[in-house]
Amino acid sequence: MQNNEQLQGAVQEIVEKYERNANQLLPILTEAQELIEFNYVPEGLAQIVANQLNLPISQVYEVVTFFSTLSETPRGRNVIQVCDSTVCRLNKNDRLAGTLEKFMGIKMGETTEDQEFTLEFTPCFGACDISPAIRVNRKVYGNLTEEKIHDILEQIGGIRT
Amino acid sequence: MKRTAELISMNFNKYDPADVSSYLAVGGFKALDKAFAMGPEVIFQQVDDSGLKGRGGAAYPTGKKLRQSAAVPGDVKYLICNADEGEPATFKDRALLEYDPYAIIEGMIITAFAVKASQGYIYIREEYFYLHDMLRTALQAARDKGYLGDNIQGSGFSFDIDLFSGAGAYICGEGTSLIESMEGRPGRPRTKPPYTKVSGLFKEPTLVNNVETLTTIKAILYHGAEAFTKFGTPESPGTKLISLCGNVNNPGTYEIPFGMTLKEIVEDIGGGIPDGKSVKFLQLGGASGAIMPKNLMDTPYAYESLWDKNLDVGSGAILVADDSNRIIDFLDAVQHFFLHESCGKCTPCREGNRQLTRILQRMQNGEATDQDVNNVEHIANIMKNASFCGLGKTAPTAVLTAIQYFSDELFSKGDVYGRM
Repeated sequence: MQNNEQLQGAVQEIVEKYERNANQLLPILTEAQELIEFNYVPEGLAQIVANQLNLPISQVYEVVTFFSTLSETPRGRNVIQVCDSTVCRLNKNDRLAGTLEKFMGIKMGETTEDQEFTLEFTPCFGACDISPAIRVNRKVYGNLTEEKIHDILEQIGGIRT
Repeated sequence: MKRTAELISMNFNKYDPADVSSYLAVGGFKALDKAFAMGPEVIFQQVDDSGLKGRGGAAYPTGKKLRQSAAVPGDVKYLICNADEGEPATFKDRALLEYDPYAIIEGMIITAFAVKASQGYIYIREEYFYLHDMLRTALQAARDKGYLGDNIQGSGFSFDIDLFSGAGAYICGEGTSLIESMEGRPGRPRTKPPYTKVSGLFKEPTLVNNVETLTTIKAILYHGAEAFTKFGTPESPGTKLISLCGNVNNPGTYEIPFGMTLKEIVEDIGGGIPDGKSVKFLQLGGASGAIMPKNLMDTPYAYESLWDKNLDVGSGAILVADDSNRIIDFLDAVQHFFLHESCGKCTPCREGNRQLTRILQRMQNGEATDQDVNNVEHIANIMKNASFCGLGKTAPTAVLTAIQYFSDELFSKGDVYGRM
């Protein structure tokens, strides 16, 4: 999304799809965030959504900061999430995190310098039957080993070391 | 001998979710035909007779809940299918959504017909993103074939269902928080009463049921309450979907009759523990559930026998931990989860989770003081007794039950909180 005018138009399309209904703020924001390259809701976007729905920007920010799927700070173009809940802990997710850090050359919680990849922990996403598991851009991969992680990263250009 | 059952899961993976006729070919919508012929009162009686309790975790008698909802007057009434399955170690609703979406839709139409709801929603968690489009397709296909919309199959009953996606918030599994998020606000729980049955979504009467509960209503009408109650125990009739996971050979979703022992579940269904290790403890019902030591493995998996021992079925999660795990490391994982998911509305949950996390981390690192150790139980009890909603009340369950069963390991000086 290059300029503000284009963004205005794209947001308007989303808002109209939801019939300008402010109750639909959550799905509207989720879709609007996808317009932004770095998986977040910048202030400008929050303001456009607030204006179009005739809501105070404080309400928009309250929702953006409350839900994990929405972010008020930029993330990488690709987001890699490692489950950090009980089942994956028992299935040694620390080794998984270590392997990702090793291949990608960044630590958990960090983004690569070129803003291509963010590596983060996330709560349980319900893939406990194939634990330990990760999500790469919302797609779930399970029963992971060092080789499988290498293959996944290779496919998306995530090997940096 | 086969240990699992197929009353709820009979059609798993047996049809194409985009094609209603393939669902009809496996007996789909037969329960709905029956429901239309029975009328609400007979449906309630069937559900009462089945002994079904809410499968989301609260175990409230479903028949009673449906009757209460039906008794609330109003032209507009909502039915929400709670598919915000966020409890760690729980993934049985995912199996229903993925392998038998029409059974959920059918269960919703039956329930809506019985309580006179006019509009339904499936509130699905964002984490199940890969199922969203499939479910929208299934809903549209049902609409195209006259199973949703005006005058369903000529019955005179009109009802439709929309999909609503959450956005990564465990608290939204709680009914009033879920509704808040559907009204464009953060998912923080409301004061009850008024209960959602009376004033829920957009201040209208709203019935919120778990995915498995709604699907089981369909299964009860399909098979008949009598056939359903042939399974299970007298006080926990029927079958339940469990999410078996952790250090176990065959993790997965299974439908089991109530009354099997936990040992049978872990060994016969789960195939035992990998790498020649043995069970150290189970956690039942997800991260908010109790930790159960292995000497209770002969307990039958049924509401009454678990309640007797201060345990619970909860969501149906059965997490197995082998003897290589330290209790304190496990509690740290539980605690991190609740610290992340506390909505911040009430002080006991917000501050309690923060302090518990810090103390447990000091214990994990061997840096805890006697004062810390004394504070753990104190803080956990305050959270349990004074939190605003179920999240804060149940967040310290694992800590409290670990203290009950594993205090020697947890508080052994020089080992876990040592260097003193």
